[in-house]
Amino acid sequence: MGLATLSGYRITFAVLAQSNFISLVRKDLLIEWRQKHTLFGVLLYVGSTVFVVYMMNGQPDAKVWNALFWLTQLFVAVNSVAKSFLQEPANRFRYYYTLVRPATFLLAKMVYSTLLMVLMSLASLVLFSVLLGWPLVQTSLFVLISMVGSISLSAVFTFLSAIAARANQNAALMAILGFPLVTPLLMILSNLAVKAIAPVYQPGWWSLALVLLLLDALVIVLGVVLFPFLWQE
Amino acid sequence: MRSSWWKVLGALLVGFAVAGGLLLPVPRLHILNETIRNLYYHVPMWFAMMALFTAGVIYSVKYLRSGNLADDIYAVGFTYTGIAFSCLGMATGMEWAKFTWGEPWSNDPKELGTALCMLTYFAYAILRGGMKDEEKRAKISAVYNIFAFALIIPLIYIMPRMVDSLHPGNGGNPAFAKYDLDSDMRMVFYPAIIGWVLLSFWIATLKIRLSLLTYKKEFNIDSNKFDFDKNKFDA
Repeated sequence: MGLATLSGYRITFAVLAQSNFISLVRKDLLIEWRQKHTLFGVLLYVGSTVFVVYMMNGQPDAKVWNALFWLTQLFVAVNSVAKSFLQEPANRFRYYYTLVRPATFLLAKMVYSTLLMVLMSLASLVLFSVLLGWPLVQTSLFVLISMVGSISLSAVFTFLSAIAARANQNAALMAILGFPLVTPLLMILSNLAVKAIAPVYQPGWWSLALVLLLLDALVIVLGVVLFPFLWQE
Repeated sequence: MRSSWWKVLGALLVGFAVAGGLLLPVPRLHILNETIRNLYYHVPMWFAMMALFTAGVIYSVKYLRSGNLADDIYAVGFTYTGIAFSCLGMATGMEWAKFTWGEPWSNDPKELGTALCMLTYFAYAILRGGMKDEEKRAKISAVYNIFAFALIIPLIYIMPRMVDSLHPGNGGNPAFAKYDLDSDMRMVFYPAIIGWVLLSFWIATLKIRLSLLTYKKEFNIDSNKFDFDKNKFDA
């Protein structure tokens, strides 16, 4: 590899690192890491939820396990993703408004929430395996579906958290707005996950997966189109 | 009497649907029996609801483009009337389900989808109720209205295909159109749909006119600028 190519790579990397998008995501992750109490607070929340489920139900059968997993994901999403807009004061948004385009800002927040949510689903998967048993037959497929689920949940709740923040409301409003909207998403996700749990024949699995991906794309596109209206005062 | 022909038409059609729906012959079917007449009242509620929600979203988009508060009043009027019609549709559906499926709540995916849709729009009402500033309330609720409509309405059509439904035309049940909806029933069913949709828009426009007058009075807007024929403000 020639020296010119190497320096070329360096320049590309430097441009990327300086771009607004990357620095916004990095800023959020940095804040998250510095205020460790919120991050570990959510982790503790996941842990105690799973423990409460275990205390009440013991080790459930595969179908209940699946339902409980997605229900836990829902509540974790409400608690962790809510912070993406609600944790920052309104004045700081005016400052961001002068710096970046609205779409960049929203997408950065969505990526940050997705990263957080992926971490949380992996943590809850580990806790589930320890406390509630391990009914999975295709682990990698289930992990893949829970990753897609993390993207779906964090995309929807990031946008709703923006709405709740602009309406000067708390996370409760976000839950009220979000639950009816994500219930069908959760139903699709848990139906998809059945394939990873029991080796049953499921007609139309791929079309269902396609519907989920299309819905995710729809949420992101709608968010990018509508967010500028939400942001301007 | 400004352009009121559609109101007269709507009232006549609904009158015909009520009278004809109770009096005209219907096919005698097992289990359904005379409850099949509920088709004339239950299904048009959903058509009216969908038409009203669609009109509401169109005015929400218009509001975001124009920033004219009259468009917000239109969107809210249509959406709230749509919520009322969804409640009516749910009530008539549960009554019908009690007689034919045995219980008012049968866990049918269409029932679930509609319940989700109703929850979404109740949340819209709560979102609006929490804000006092008109401009902000209009903008944020318009954004939520578009987002929710675009997400929840396709899902209502996708969900029943995921789970077996008790409704006609799903999960191996024969559709009404195939066997049961004979020409006698069509003669009442189609006028009933058109009539109820027109009547629902009439109700919505009454609500909108009232809100516009209240708004005008509250803000002391110059009445010269208010065009009553179009129910609109001149920019």
